[in-house]
Amino acid sequence: MTERIVVDPVTRIEGHLRIEADIQNGVIQDAYSSGTGIRGIEQIVTGRDPRDVWAFVQRICGVCTTTHALASVRSVEDALDIKIPRNAQLIREIMNEVIFVHDHVVHFYHLHALDWVDVVSALSADPDETSKVAQSISDWAKSSPGYFREVQLKVQKIVDSGQLGIFANGYWGHEAYKLPPEVNLLAVAHYLEALDWQKEIVKIHAILGGKNPHPHYVVGGMATPIDINGDNAVNASQLMQISEIIDDAMEFVNKVYIPDLLAIGSFYKDWLHGGGVQNYMSYGDFSTGDVRDIELYRMPRGIILNGNLNEVLDVDPKDPEQIKEFIDHSWYSYDGNEAGDGKHPWEGETTLKYSGPKAPFKQLNTDEKYSWIKAPRWNEHPMEVGPLARIMVGYAKGQPEIVAIVDDTLKKLNVPLSALQSALGRTVARGLETALIVKWLRNDMDELIANIKNGDQITFNSTKWEPSTWPKNAKGVGWMEAPRGALGHWVTIEDGLTSSYQAVVPTTWLATPKDHKGQIGPYEAALKGTPVANAEQPLEILRIVHSFDPCLACAVHLTDLENKKTTEIRVG
Amino acid sequence: MGFEKTIYETAIEKGISRRDFLKACTALAATLGLDYSQTSNVVQAMETNKRVPVIWLQLMDCTGCSESFIRSSHPRTENVLLDMISLEYSEVLSAASGYQIEANRERVMEEYKGEYILAVEGNVTDAEFLTVAGHSALETLKETAKHAKAVIAYGSCASWGGIAAAHPNPTNARSVDDVIKGVPVMKVPGCPPIAEVMTGVIAHVITFGRLPELDGKGRPKAFYKLRIHDKCNRRAYFDAGLFVESFDDEGAKIGYCLYKVGCKGPTTYNSCAEMRWNGGVSYPIQSGNPCIGCSEKDFWDEGPFFTRRAKIPGTQTTVNPEKVGLYAAGVTVAGIAAHATATAVKKKQDEKNSTEDI
Repeated sequence: MTERIVVDPVTRIEGHLRIEADIQNGVIQDAYSSGTGIRGIEQIVTGRDPRDVWAFVQRICGVCTTTHALASVRSVEDALDIKIPRNAQLIREIMNEVIFVHDHVVHFYHLHALDWVDVVSALSADPDETSKVAQSISDWAKSSPGYFREVQLKVQKIVDSGQLGIFANGYWGHEAYKLPPEVNLLAVAHYLEALDWQKEIVKIHAILGGKNPHPHYVVGGMATPIDINGDNAVNASQLMQISEIIDDAMEFVNKVYIPDLLAIGSFYKDWLHGGGVQNYMSYGDFSTGDVRDIELYRMPRGIILNGNLNEVLDVDPKDPEQIKEFIDHSWYSYDGNEAGDGKHPWEGETTLKYSGPKAPFKQLNTDEKYSWIKAPRWNEHPMEVGPLARIMVGYAKGQPEIVAIVDDTLKKLNVPLSALQSALGRTVARGLETALIVKWLRNDMDELIANIKNGDQITFNSTKWEPSTWPKNAKGVGWMEAPRGALGHWVTIEDGLTSSYQAVVPTTWLATPKDHKGQIGPYEAALKGTPVANAEQPLEILRIVHSFDPCLACAVHLTDLENKKTTEIRVG
Repeated sequence: MGFEKTIYETAIEKGISRRDFLKACTALAATLGLDYSQTSNVVQAMETNKRVPVIWLQLMDCTGCSESFIRSSHPRTENVLLDMISLEYSEVLSAASGYQIEANRERVMEEYKGEYILAVEGNVTDAEFLTVAGHSALETLKETAKHAKAVIAYGSCASWGGIAAAHPNPTNARSVDDVIKGVPVMKVPGCPPIAEVMTGVIAHVITFGRLPELDGKGRPKAFYKLRIHDKCNRRAYFDAGLFVESFDDEGAKIGYCLYKVGCKGPTTYNSCAEMRWNGGVSYPIQSGNPCIGCSEKDFWDEGPFFTRRAKIPGTQTTVNPEKVGLYAAGVTVAGIAAHATATAVKKKQDEKNSTEDI
């Protein structure tokens, strides 16, 4: 007998995600991923000054807080052919690297860890043993028995108070938890440390962009002035502060995050569910020069199909045939039709047309339309994007740093490369790229200081600031690698104003519903075939879905180039 | 169950000395914008009050407010979460998912009727544009607000409708107080609000059992009584008529005023210039970026952001930036006079609003 189970809301993510899964004999037969909310930011930016759009689309997401702003300024600079100064490139790289490191650490400890770590079990740990474990995997200073005893006491008090707060009603005691109590205690201690640490690294955003979340950007470079002797510009003492924060971040990643990841991972290496579509896509990013110079990327660009690492195909976001979004199972219409051809983002349209059940409802009609998320496809293939995709493409392309860290880790864990194609592998890939990116962060900061030392203090190119210098019509695309994967913003500009805007974001690729051919996407494919021990407590579903780090406000958005169409929607 | 220990008892058990506890209370009083003489009230409240249950609903949002909240330095997020409140429902932090987290919400509503705080992030939309757990988020908001002690509308979306409500507002986005009546609603605008403002207002409610003093727009006076302009580090240059003409020019490096490149500091009520961001490190204007006015109602529709054309509040004056450049000194005098008038008008409005006991 098939039973439909529903997880809604999926928590410890950004936004609103609903998973429905059909279970038979304890195994998931089919799964359905649905984004259940929408705002309409792409429609809102249409008709506005393209130099303002970064601020609007930045609010697509407050988790990937700097990400969409950067994709937006890149798209406008691409459209208007604006070159930005080297310092601005470096500052933007640094800010993007900061968000990766911040986001991945927060994801590991605060959004994902509780799928693998049993908080209540930590109460029965022996703090002396935890201390021994901690000291055997890292020389991080906070590792005394007394320290862990204190953390345990803290947890004990929360449990005793009867108010478990954020830990209330978790799946504690579930049979799928495999860590010994001592390792659980270690992880809980680092959950709290990471909470404290994460607010430090984003200070770099505050110095360079004024605040975090949602730091400031400007088309043509950065508004942040540099004057090493000044008191109202980025000066020597602020550069020093950034440097120190980066050193601390490197230490935290290398002494806490990575050892924890490998220690926890080693207890779960037999749990290899959650692989998914095995098609991987990376736009590539982290250029050592101009972002449009793909040859200079430290994270390479490419496509892998059907897990074939022997061949890496090219991806071109500007090719009208490659990337298209379909709406056959999404609550939209195209030119008045509710199904059919896909549209490239430069031609994109997203007219809201809700046809789901009226709330309150128990189940979506998954044979028809069931999500506010569209179905983007590359040459009609569903694609996985994100840390695993980047690592796979980088490994297949032979990027030496990626090859070295992957080979080293596989050896430590004593698993084959194919083990990475799983929920846990995705989580490991996220950690590995964090170790690489925090190093690049250090390199880019060193280069920024060197560049300033050589007398270059320029951060902004004003030559094409005035709309009078722009062509009558222009179009551009800003691509990047966001923490969750390949991100593209496509803009068209007419008479100085934004005439259309489309963002195709990582979670749209990942949380996609079925497409015109009935093909399922990465979440749905990764869940299929997974055993679920207890349908009342579907911990396995959370593990798999969280391994992608869902970001739903990013995934649901709309563009409607003609305002009149929205009237129809409201009536419906 | 629960509620046995006071905040003070918890602190002492954690090994905090009486002296440090008193110091923390003084710091908290300062964060809350209270006079030094009020410190003893804070101490007394912290000695007798207990952890307050909080339900945090996310409506149509970007999670930026939750992200900002966890960046708090004074008080630290861990202390807020473990010692001051009991966050029983949060889509970002809760371990539970699906019906288990909905059960948390229902349990708190039942067990702590009239005692829990409802924090809301994001704007309200028509039912089909946001469902959570198969329910319309709009209905869930109404249901959860009904027996809340108070509602805190965190961020510009919850306060004013925010970005989703910007033209053409495709989802009929609205503010929380547009649909919640009969329960005190405090607005804490900002996109997002400053972390310490967020934890500060929640600390106030916990400490005194009531909302802080609000202004005419429902915002806590302590954090929104001044314009960014009033405490701006570039203010002296405004007064001297010295303006940045283009980003990264010589004036920008020296610290000239960003008014001519669009700064909305003179018309934006918020604590950015005073408290600054991320533990007091900086704020947009300090880093060379004009304020976009993100804590003001409808600021999204008052662009373009990099062109200054806003009115000085309390007057009919629309300041033309070119004239400001040409007649800087003269306009400065007019500007100061306008500010003085605006502040006086604002103060009068504020005085009309008394603190509401809840």
